[in-house]
Amino acid sequence: MTPLDYTLAELKQQLSARTLSATELTDAVFARIAATDGTVQAFLTLNEEQARAEAHRYDDKYVQGEGLGALAGIPAGIKDNIITEGLRTTCASRFLDNFVPVHDAFVSRKLKEAGVITAGKLNMDEFAMGGSNENSAYQVTRNPWDVERVPGGSSGGSAAAVAAGQVPFSLGSDTGGSIRQPASYCGIVGLKPTYGLISRFGLVAFASSLDQIGPLTRTVEDSAHVLQAIAGHDTMDSTSANVDIPDYAAALQGDVRGLRIGVPKEYMSEGVDPKVKQAVLDALQTFESLGATWEEVSLPHTEYAVAAYYLLASSEASSNLSRFDGVRYGVRAENPDNLIDLYFKSRSEGFGSEVKRRIMLGTYALSSGYYDAYYLKAQKVRTLIKQDFDQAFQKYDLLIGPTAPTTAFKIGEQINNPLQMYMNDILTIPVSLAGVPAISVPCGMADGLPVGLQIIGKPFDESAVLRAAHLFEQATEHHKLRPQL
Amino acid sequence: MSINLHDVEHVAKLARLLLTDEEKERYTDQLNAILKYADKLNELNTDDVQPTTHVLPIRNVMREDEVRPSLDREHVMKNAPEEEDGQFRVPAVLE
Amino acid sequence: MPSTTFETVIGLEVHVELHTNSKIFCGCSTSFGAPPNTHTCPICLGHPGVLPVLNKQAVEYAMKAAMALNCEIADISKFDRKNYFYPDSPKAYQISQYDQPIGRNGWIDIEVDGKTKRITIDRLHLEEDAGKLTHMEGGFGSLVDFNRVGTPLVEIVSNPDIRSAQEAEAYMQKLRAIMQYCDVSDVKMEEGSLRCDVNISLRPVGQEEYGTKTELKNMNSFRGVVRGTEYEVERQTDILEDGGTIVQETRRWDESQGRTLSMRSKEEAHDYRYFPDPDLVTLHIDEEWKERVRATIPELPDARKARYASEFGLSSYDADVLTSSKKLADLLEESLNYTKDAKAVANWIMGDLLGYLNQNSKEIDDVMLNGQNLGEMIGLIEKGTISNKIAKTVFKEMLESGKAPQAIVEEKGLVQISDEGAIRGIVEQIVAANPQSVEDYRAGKERAIGFLVGQVMRETKGKANPTLVNELLVDVLKQA
Repeated sequence: MTPLDYTLAELKQQLSARTLSATELTDAVFARIAATDGTVQAFLTLNEEQARAEAHRYDDKYVQGEGLGALAGIPAGIKDNIITEGLRTTCASRFLDNFVPVHDAFVSRKLKEAGVITAGKLNMDEFAMGGSNENSAYQVTRNPWDVERVPGGSSGGSAAAVAAGQVPFSLGSDTGGSIRQPASYCGIVGLKPTYGLISRFGLVAFASSLDQIGPLTRTVEDSAHVLQAIAGHDTMDSTSANVDIPDYAAALQGDVRGLRIGVPKEYMSEGVDPKVKQAVLDALQTFESLGATWEEVSLPHTEYAVAAYYLLASSEASSNLSRFDGVRYGVRAENPDNLIDLYFKSRSEGFGSEVKRRIMLGTYALSSGYYDAYYLKAQKVRTLIKQDFDQAFQKYDLLIGPTAPTTAFKIGEQINNPLQMYMNDILTIPVSLAGVPAISVPCGMADGLPVGLQIIGKPFDESAVLRAAHLFEQATEHHKLRPQL
Repeated sequence: MSINLHDVEHVAKLARLLLTDEEKERYTDQLNAILKYADKLNELNTDDVQPTTHVLPIRNVMREDEVRPSLDREHVMKNAPEEEDGQFRVPAVLE
Repeated sequence: MPSTTFETVIGLEVHVELHTNSKIFCGCSTSFGAPPNTHTCPICLGHPGVLPVLNKQAVEYAMKAAMALNCEIADISKFDRKNYFYPDSPKAYQISQYDQPIGRNGWIDIEVDGKTKRITIDRLHLEEDAGKLTHMEGGFGSLVDFNRVGTPLVEIVSNPDIRSAQEAEAYMQKLRAIMQYCDVSDVKMEEGSLRCDVNISLRPVGQEEYGTKTELKNMNSFRGVVRGTEYEVERQTDILEDGGTIVQETRRWDESQGRTLSMRSKEEAHDYRYFPDPDLVTLHIDEEWKERVRATIPELPDARKARYASEFGLSSYDADVLTSSKKLADLLEESLNYTKDAKAVANWIMGDLLGYLNQNSKEIDDVMLNGQNLGEMIGLIEKGTISNKIAKTVFKEMLESGKAPQAIVEEKGLVQISDEGAIRGIVEQIVAANPQSVEDYRAGKERAIGFLVGQVMRETKGKANPTLVNELLVDVLKQA
């Protein structure tokens, strides 16, 4: 066992007992990255020097027994669309190749307050648009289970780094499944909290009404610890919910006896790989053996979610990405003829094709004459999708289904068919539109690739989601599997 | 509804994107496929449905009118592609 | 061919910067005149990942302004993004309000040529200001300063009720006065805290539908509004009379050339793609909040004007001039704590004060006058301590030094000579020295006495009590 096999609670315990130093742990992290990242290609920027200096500082503090944060001395990776003061933040885009933020995101600050050491910034699909990491302007991160396959996305770097044992945990962001789907493909735990639970301040916006930051970890308990560190009201984010934050680790205690689980039949339809479906049915049996009950439920508007999502998310994105104009920061095109030319060239050279495609779609959906037919229509359909969940949650405590219809696909396999690529998110998107919390936990293997189980909860009921996921995890061995690299 | 090459050119202009002929063709095809798929939303009657901009019932989020420190100009200009006299320089804006 | 008579149709879009301490969506200061880009932060610079949080004071100022303009206040209001690329707009969208503005359906009354006219207001909405572009000499580039970006603005959109440049000016003046009274803005056109766009079209008299309009952008002086509008009306009249058609376009007023010019770069059709800003939440304005804001609105110009007429007996014209600026009206009221003669105060303000400001191109803030000094000066005139003529000297000194009138009078030895013996001596001297005038007077030329009075005043450096001089002259002339 190396330090990189420990859970966060074990790491904290060892650091406190000083049987492990933050320096040893940080050294182990960078050694592992050095050994594996040539293959995995999860990191875009390493923060090695700074991280080692901080590790020393934490070691001193541990010696002095000073008041230390809950995760003091533990390194982590951060998705590259979360800004970090003084540390290059690119969103995996050429446009931001040289961008060094002058302040921290809310979550970056919260992690620092908890004592987390930033190991580096993780690869993603450019501006979080994509589900495979093939849309990164820099590199295609590999799935540690099969390096010919994608890690999922957009938080592919965040998922692969954790799955490859490079960092104890990472942060990702989820707009339509970007934490849960790569967690599923990489065989780890990914939590998308309720919209509003975690401040978006400093998360480079893709679709503001959907974006949410969350942890990617190897265990559910780790997820609870990271969530504890980053959740909470932020006065800098108008959409940040002012709710009481429970003790998430304490909420893992208890059982699921009498728990009512709904299984959306739309999530188990023909489009879902039979082996994935089987893994989910096995998981439901585990829940039954733990004392929960389940039955089929219908979320009738599920089939409209992908269309509504792509219109809404792309519309918001088209506006959010307009600020990348080459005036105040970012890479400006060389020798523009005039101002208009500066805009056209900087944006065309700076953005990749998926980003351009979504900007085009969103601009069109918002443009004069089409707003009602596309954007407004999609917002109304969003209401119907949210109502599906409201109704289901009147009867059930949790909804459970697969996270993705398939396991990780091969690199290049879907790159030329955007619509097919969008369908990978068919089971995560409705949850994002409804704004409710959901977690993906490993629930088995299909042809040597991990399958993820999606557990969906009521708004701000992360406790119930985490508890069910934790009990399932403890009752199974899936989370103990490690890829061979 | 469908989108033609002319629409794609117009939208690209609005979005300040310079597209090659090949890209224009490709985006026309791909956007058409996506929009055709989006037409399935019309199967739903939404006449009496309120649009959802926010899933959370949050309202009236405001701050007090207090001045907070601004950035020092070194940080303001740190990422500037082109600077002159503490200002961002751009090519001439034609009136 | 019989010539058609055209009617001018004008609508104004007025932008008023609200004088909050901090910007509308971040904590940067809104103060004017700081070195470029020193009142900026990641939020107003539109850095990646930043979010807006609404300034409550800006909302309340907007509500107050809307109420003062007799608008209905929305129960639910929201913010939308107006998307367009321009270097002064850091996010490439302006946060504004599209279909749920704070205020709707208001009106104000203006007075032109002694007649009152009601101008209706379509809407008042809250939005953020843009940055400032300066063009480098020789066309080598432009420089952007983002200090102003994010300053809260209200945009007040009138209906096309205005029929002349004079009405447009009166409307602007009235709006400015109301904003001043409400204390929501500095409303200084020269600093850009009050600006307007003028939409102008012509139509044959009697025709219902509007003609094609042109828009004069970014007018930043009252004079510009009047001259630019007059020019544009003339230009359009000429085109129409020649059988031409008006091109719908944006134009700008060039003060130095004295004409309006087409702004070709703005020719491209705009499509602002408004949609609700997902980074902000809706505003729910309940009755209690509305009433709380309404209670902060002071007496407005129209109410004051009516009171000045009824309480002080001022003419409608005088009351109008005095209430057109809150500072003038406040000066009048402060003065009345020290004198009862409202008409005298009004005359001094409208005559000497406005004359002085006009002549020296100054604003009321540039002079040192206060109500106590003005009131006391009028008291000195009433008591006969100084003459009206001397008072003019005292008044000018008060404007420039801010000293009390009594102190000025003493310092400069300006006390009026009312000693009958002293004046009689001088009168006798003057009569003796001007036999021709005495003869003229006796010959019935009443005017001759004026000359003699002038000579006495000259001899006493203007300090002799003029009533006494007159009396004594008549007396001495009778005896001589």
